[in-house]
This record gives sequence, structure tokens and C-alpha cells, in this order.
Amino acid sequence: MTAVDDRPQAEIGSPRLRKEDQRLVTGRTRWTDNLQLPGMQHLAMVRSPFAHARITGLDTAAAKSAPGVMAVLTGADVKDLQGSMACAWPITEDQKAPAHPAIAVDRVSFAGEIVAVVVARTAAAARDAAELVDVDYEELPAALDLKRAAADEVLAHPDLGTNKSAFWQYDSADAGTGGAVDEAIDKARTDGIVIEREYRQQRLIPAFMEPRSVVCDPTGEQLTIWSATQVPHFVRIFTALVLGIPESKIRVIAPDVGGGFGGKLQHTPEEVVTVLAARHTGKPCKYTETRSESLVSAHHGRHQWQRLTLAATKDGTVTGLKVDLLADMGAYLGLVTSGIPILGAFMFNAIYKFPSYQFNCTNVFTNKTWTDAYRGAGRPEATFAIERLMDELAVEVGVDPLEIREKNWIRHEEFPFTTVAGMTYDSGNYEAATARAKELFGYDALRREQQERRDRQDPVQLGIGVSTFTEMCGLAPSRVLGALRYAAGGWEHASIRMLPTGKVEVVTGTSPHGQGHETVWSQIIADRLGVPFEDVEVLHGDTQIANRGLDTYGSRSLVVGGQALVLAADKVIEKGRPVAAHLLEASVADIEFADGRFSVKGTDKGKSMAEVVWEAFTCHDLPDGIEPTLDSDATYDPVDFSFPHGTHLCAAEVDTETGEVKLRSYVSVDDVGVIMNPMIVAGQLHGGIVQGIAQALWEEAVYDEHGTLVSGSFVDYTLPTAADTISFVNDHTVSPSTTNDLGAKGVGEAGAIASTPAVVNAIVDALRPWGVRDVRMPCTPERVWRAIRSAGAREAEPTTDSAQPHFDAGAPNQDEPGSGATEQNGEVQ
Amino acid sequence: MTRISVTVDGVGYQDEVEPRLLLVQYLREQLGKTGTVVGCDTSNCGACTVHLDGHSVKSCTVLAVQADGHDVTTIEGIARDGELHPMQQAFHECHALQCGYCTPGMIMQAIDVLNDNPHPSEEEIRLGLEGNLCRCTGYHNIVKAVQQVAGAQAPAEAAVAMPATAGAQVQA
Repeated sequence: MTAVDDRPQAEIGSPRLRKEDQRLVTGRTRWTDNLQLPGMQHLAMVRSPFAHARITGLDTAAAKSAPGVMAVLTGADVKDLQGSMACAWPITEDQKAPAHPAIAVDRVSFAGEIVAVVVARTAAAARDAAELVDVDYEELPAALDLKRAAADEVLAHPDLGTNKSAFWQYDSADAGTGGAVDEAIDKARTDGIVIEREYRQQRLIPAFMEPRSVVCDPTGEQLTIWSATQVPHFVRIFTALVLGIPESKIRVIAPDVGGGFGGKLQHTPEEVVTVLAARHTGKPCKYTETRSESLVSAHHGRHQWQRLTLAATKDGTVTGLKVDLLADMGAYLGLVTSGIPILGAFMFNAIYKFPSYQFNCTNVFTNKTWTDAYRGAGRPEATFAIERLMDELAVEVGVDPLEIREKNWIRHEEFPFTTVAGMTYDSGNYEAATARAKELFGYDALRREQQERRDRQDPVQLGIGVSTFTEMCGLAPSRVLGALRYAAGGWEHASIRMLPTGKVEVVTGTSPHGQGHETVWSQIIADRLGVPFEDVEVLHGDTQIANRGLDTYGSRSLVVGGQALVLAADKVIEKGRPVAAHLLEASVADIEFADGRFSVKGTDKGKSMAEVVWEAFTCHDLPDGIEPTLDSDATYDPVDFSFPHGTHLCAAEVDTETGEVKLRSYVSVDDVGVIMNPMIVAGQLHGGIVQGIAQALWEEAVYDEHGTLVSGSFVDYTLPTAADTISFVNDHTVSPSTTNDLGAKGVGEAGAIASTPAVVNAIVDALRPWGVRDVRMPCTPERVWRAIRSAGAREAEPTTDSAQPHFDAGAPNQDEPGSGATEQNGEVQ
Repeated sequence: MTRISVTVDGVGYQDEVEPRLLLVQYLREQLGKTGTVVGCDTSNCGACTVHLDGHSVKSCTVLAVQADGHDVTTIEGIARDGELHPMQQAFHECHALQCGYCTPGMIMQAIDVLNDNPHPSEEEIRLGLEGNLCRCTGYHNIVKAVQQVAGAQAPAEAAVAMPATAGAQVQA
């Protein structure tokens, strides 16, 4: 088959409609919960209502005798089988962590922890019987508030003797990437500007739309596990390691997966329990969580206190940044829990040329749901902090927030640039992205309107929020991961199978769950091998088919997995050359490949890819020494990260009488490198931007004083709706990444990283005349209203508040040092 | 157990069901209509939206017995003769879905919005979809898809495709 004529000249860059859509818009989908197998049993979990308690009695007799119940398993039943859930990222040698049983044995450490599982013929029977399990608890004091937990007032795990899991530091003077930050701060205190702030990253819930579900079939020789996961390869490895089952006996399949956002980057107790139940009963078992279970037991994200000190000269040139984080681990360490805040260590300096930098992070246990990756994972937290600080610096110097950024950012001619955090940014152009964003936004006109509203003391004020962000994508060079004590590598794998009928199967180690890899991978292969887009089939998410892979997270799939695909495609061409040379009776050195055709240099003689593949398949007449297949594999370990960046501008109207914030316009100009499919890139940005806006305005996992998750359903955990959001203006600049052949940088997390500070900066910008310097997230009408009232400034008063004194009692929107008294129920003071 | 008689996607069914069985459970577990999905347990997310006698309902808030004698249409029943329903086609063309989990309910609700109001404004579309949650798309392209079907003029600045000047190579 030859390349068809009506396909776009280049697939890469074209807004191809998605291959995935046909099954998704018609309901012809294979979600894990759709699976029904002969003899299948259904699980219901019994979960602790207490944040911290000893289990003093557990009576399962009534449940066991309920109709249709095959088994009830408790921690005591499986304690010698279940092992301990694993943390793959011990960030320090002396990191402390409690054992993490899938089913609690004698003590529960957060509300929602599994204490028993019922196995029954139907899901309804299992749930009915779960109600009959009688558990006696002796409540223990719970460590809930993060700051008080850090002070070890109450221990989340008494046996550990402390709530501190680990302390991790990056210091530019020690690392040789910059000066000593304390010297810079001391100097700035004398003759410069010091900005000290404390920000809170509230606890969020990833809230993927498909609740997690897992099916385990123990019949047959291999154990087959279907799971709504982002990481089937991880689930296979960790099922083997945790339960002591040979990896070769385990097959994991991620079928259609309904979103993840980091929330399905996990090996879960529910997966372990389902495997245990299937092995115990010898029957296929299915567990599908309810949304309420999902919100309380699937891992949460963010949750940090950030104490920040920025030093600058009087003209606004930053001389140093010191970061002190308290990061809430929750009750246990999940797969990469402890490393999440550390990913931020490399991003607090953002796009700026800071001469000195220090990052300190203390990881702390509390008796709450454990935290782990959520879209951006460490980078949104860092970006929020620095972009808020740059606005504060601009106010202090008395210049426009874009001007202070430009004074400090890396200029386009300075790339590649090694930052104070030791990262080498390969490419970018902050000037171009910012100029384009200002133009699309109508920046100057909006500033004029803002002034007019201020002048006439309009009760609805206009705020303009700026966020000039960068991030690191393409997790990750294995050498770097090793240096950070991460247990695995960061490579990715691809296989290409050239089928005799001219079709192409692409097997990828990435595991898409909404990103559109089936479409984009087809575009890449269509261009690379000159085959029609429609002839490419992308296979993924089954460890028996995609046997090598490290899955999808951290905006890695395209920049790492896509590059593996490119390398495998190049091998296909190389393997085709001698076959083509033989067919064309030419020397291998004279064979050229372009547009799906092998031809002899300087002649019109040639053979199509399909003809060459067929010749290799029949193998009737191949010379000795030529392998009769063009199929190829490649594993690619990235040489470096990639660094997308962009300028996001948000205009928000703040009603000073009600505290309501209304988004008016939002412009993003992102540089994500070379774009494979602009339609998909725009979609990633829209979704990410709304998730970031949701952190700024609406979402928070709130616990009460007993450690109960108050926002435990979608009634209270307020995801944005269509009615809350607006349409966006998105554009791009392109500076190709130099670390992969595609020139791509990654886009999965960009929106979520950029938008949160843009929105909060807009709100604070609107309220500067009131003396407001911060509003804690989520910026609900109540918090905004209270911020205005407690700031105490008169409406027409110019912004005269200084950046100092800091952390003093009574200052608006600041927490009392060390108090955190109101943090646990998320109220402003 | 209660005997019910329901038409689903044009096929008549007679079944014995528990009175507490939800319509969505009946569709998924007894009829195998797994295109309709469950996303929450509080009727907030709308993933389970179907049409009952031509009007959208969240099938997690309807008991199967309440559907007795009624006509149910699910996402699996709106394509005709191999042709996608215009709303399905518009969701595809506008990239109004990513993971696709909310999509069946979102499409069924979007059809209902236009049945009630064939030419809605952007705000009316957004309000009409308020009971259906999507975590992937930020709603931008969902709104566009509904606008496309309504034939409404999409605001120029909301274009999903890059502006003509976009993607210009920048000197790095």
C-alpha cells in the first residue's frame, strides 16, 4: 500500500480528530466496572469512621451468614499475606514511614481506611452485608492540623516517635549553583527589599470522573488484574513486590480509563484487597468504589504551608529566595508521596535568574487521607508561591508586575540557561509569549479600566492577574531519578509491528486515559513511516501486550514515549533498507527513504513500505543474514527534562460588597515546543486551566476537628461546572525543545500550573487599594469579603502598606507564626 | 420483586426488579447498557443522564420501577442507521471529550438543552449543562459543540483552533 494522496502533507501539526472518540461518544466503552466474568463476586469495603483509633473488636459473624456472602476478610485474616503498601521514593536515607497494610490490622490511621472486606454474589449483597460487620474502636488522639503535627503535639503513628517523615534541602551554595541565600537576605534587610510571606496550598482531591474500579481474575495460570489506573506497569511490579507473587504470573490491564490527573498514579490498597479476595475465593472479584469512598480513600493532592523569603535590591532585582515548606503526607506514604513536594524544589526559581536559593522541606504525617501526585505535582505549589511573590515585589518597587518579571527573567538569547536550582533550560522565549499575551488580552486597556473603576470607587473592582510560569516535563532522566533516590527509571518503550497486510501496530508503554495518544501516536508514525494515519493502530495499557513501559504522568508521554516511538520507527526504516536494496537490486548505501517509499538514489526506481514489509514477511527470496521482519523496538531514556513555559493573564471582577469573584477574560500564550495536534493541546490547556482556577476559587478537602472529611461528596467538594467557567483565548509561541527529535515539551499540566496564581494575583490586584495583600485559597466570597473587611484600609487610600513587618500578629491574611489554629477547618481568621 | 415493562433504546423489556434498584443499575447490570455510567452517589455529576420519555433524567435518581411503562433512551440509542447523532458528531468535531467518562451523560443533557431551547446563548448553554460535571475539558469545547449543533455563532475569541498568527517560530 502506498501513502494516500488526500492525507495532510504532514500529520504532525494537523488538528486531527481523535480516533478514540467513536467508541466514547457511542457508549461502546470498556470501563473496568463494565466487566462481567463468569462466577464473578463483588466486594464492599468496611471503612473506619475514625481518624485514629485502635480496633478492639471485630465481629463478622452476621455478615458472613448474610445471603450470598462468600467471605469476609479482616486484617487479622490477611496479615501474613498482605505485606505492606510500598513507597517508591524514599527521599532521604533516614526517611521514616509506618507499615501500610492494605487492611488495617489493629489500628486505623485515617477516616476511610479499610478494616474489612465483604465478598458476595452481587454488589448490593456485599454492601448490605458490610453494614453488618461490627467493629469496636477505641479512639486515639488524632494529628490533624499540619503545623501542630509538625510540632509533634499528637503523634499520627505513636510507634514512629515523631510525625516528621523526612527533611530535604537544596542549597545553591552547597550545590555550587549559586550563592548563600542568608547572605543575600541579610544584605537586603540592610539596603534592599525583603518580602516575607506565608502561603497555604490547600488540600485538593484529583476527582477524576471515573471512580476507581478493579477486577481480579484468578482463574487460569496468570492472575489478570483490570484496573482503572494510570500505571498498569507499576501495578504489576508492586503487586508482585507487595504480595510476593512472581511478576511473570501477573497480567495487568488498564482498559478505558476515565481520567486520572495523578489520582490514579498509585498502587492502591483496594487493588491488593481485590487480589487477596480473588485468591481466597478462587473466583473473579470486582470492586468499584462509590464517589464518597473515592473522595476519602483515593489519594489527595497539594497541602503545604509555604514560608517564603525573597530578597531583592531596591530596584527590584531579586538576589535570593528561601523556601521553607511543611508538606502534609497524610497518614501513609503512597507510591511517590514523599517526592511530590521535592519536585517543586527545582521550580521555585521559575523563569528567573536568582543568584541564590535555598529550598527546605519537612514532610509530616497526619491522620488524614494520604497525599500524592495531583496534576502538576509540586510544580503548581512552587509556581503559585513565586508568582505571588513577584507581584508583591512589584508593589513594593512600585512598578507593573510584568515589568518586575522582565527585569528578572532569563532573556531569550541566554538559553540554554542553567538555573540556580541546577536545571538547564534548553529553550524558551518569555518576551515573545508575554508580548503576545498582552496583545490578545488588551492589557493596557484593562489597566485603564481598572484605574477608572478605582477612581470612581466602583463596588465591583477589576483585577489583573499575571502568571509567567515554566515547568519541568518529561519525567525523567533515569540518572536524575537515581540521584533523587527514586526507585525506578524514567525511560519509555515503544514497539512497531509492520503487519503483512500493510497495517501498523504501535505498542506504547505509556498508558493514556484521556490524552489522545491513539491519535497523536498515529500522526507521528504516519509522518515517520509514510503510512496512512488510518492504518496505524495504537495498543497500550496491557502488560502482556505492552510488556515494557513506565506509564503516563508528569507530562512525560510525548516527550519520552513519543521519542521512543521515533527511535523505533527509525529502526523500522533501517531494517527495511537491505530488503529494499535486494528487491531493487541496488546497494544498501544507495537506498533512500521518504514519504513511505524506499528508492534508489538518483533513479525513479522504488518500492513502497508495504511492498518491502510483504517481501520480509514472505521471506521467499531474502539473502542470508537479513532478518525477515521490519518490526522494531526502542527504549529511550531522556537526556534531560523539557521546560514548557507561558504567560497567562486573567481579568477578574471582584464585588467588594459580596466578595464574589467573577472571571471576565483569560488569555494563555504557551510555549509547549513543537505541537503535534493543536486541537488536543488546546483541550489539555482548557482542562488544566480550569483545574487551576478551581484551586484558586472553589475546591478544598476540608476536615473537621475529629478528622472527618467534611467535603466528602460532590455536594461539598465543589468541582467547577459549565456555569462557573468561561471560554478561553489560547495561543502559542514555539521554541522547539532540543532534548527530543519531535521538539515537543509537554502540555498535560501546564494549565493547572499556570492558572492558580493568575487568578489569585487578579483578586489581590483588584483589592490592593483596600490594603489586601493576600486571600487564602480557595478564594470563596466569604474569604474575599473578610479579607476586605479585615484589611481595614479605606477604599480610596493608595497602596502604602510595606512588605514589612512580616508575620506579625493581626496582619491581614497572615497566620500567627506557628499557630495554624484555624487551618484544619479551612476558615480564615 | 416488582415486575416492570420498559422500552430502552427501542427494545421492550419485562423484568423482575428489586424495588430499590436504581434505573442506572437496571440499565447497566440487567440490560448490559454499560454506555451509561455512574460517577457519583449524590446526583451531582450527571454521568448517568438518560432520556425518560424524551426528557433528561439522572438515572441514579430514578428507580427502575419508576420507569415502568416508560420509554428510556441512552447514549447507545441515539445514533441512527450507523450515523452519529448530530450532538455525538459535534462532540467529536469540537474535541468536547477527553477521557470520555462524562460524555454519555453530557451528550444526553446537551440534546435536552437544545430540545428545550434550540438557540441558546452561551450562558444558557452553560446553565443548561450545570448539572453535568466534566473534569477534563474545562467545558470550553463542550459549549462549542452545543453551539455548533444549535447553529449559534460561536464567539470569535473562543475559537479552539490556533489564531492565524499562532505557532510562528520564535527565535530561541
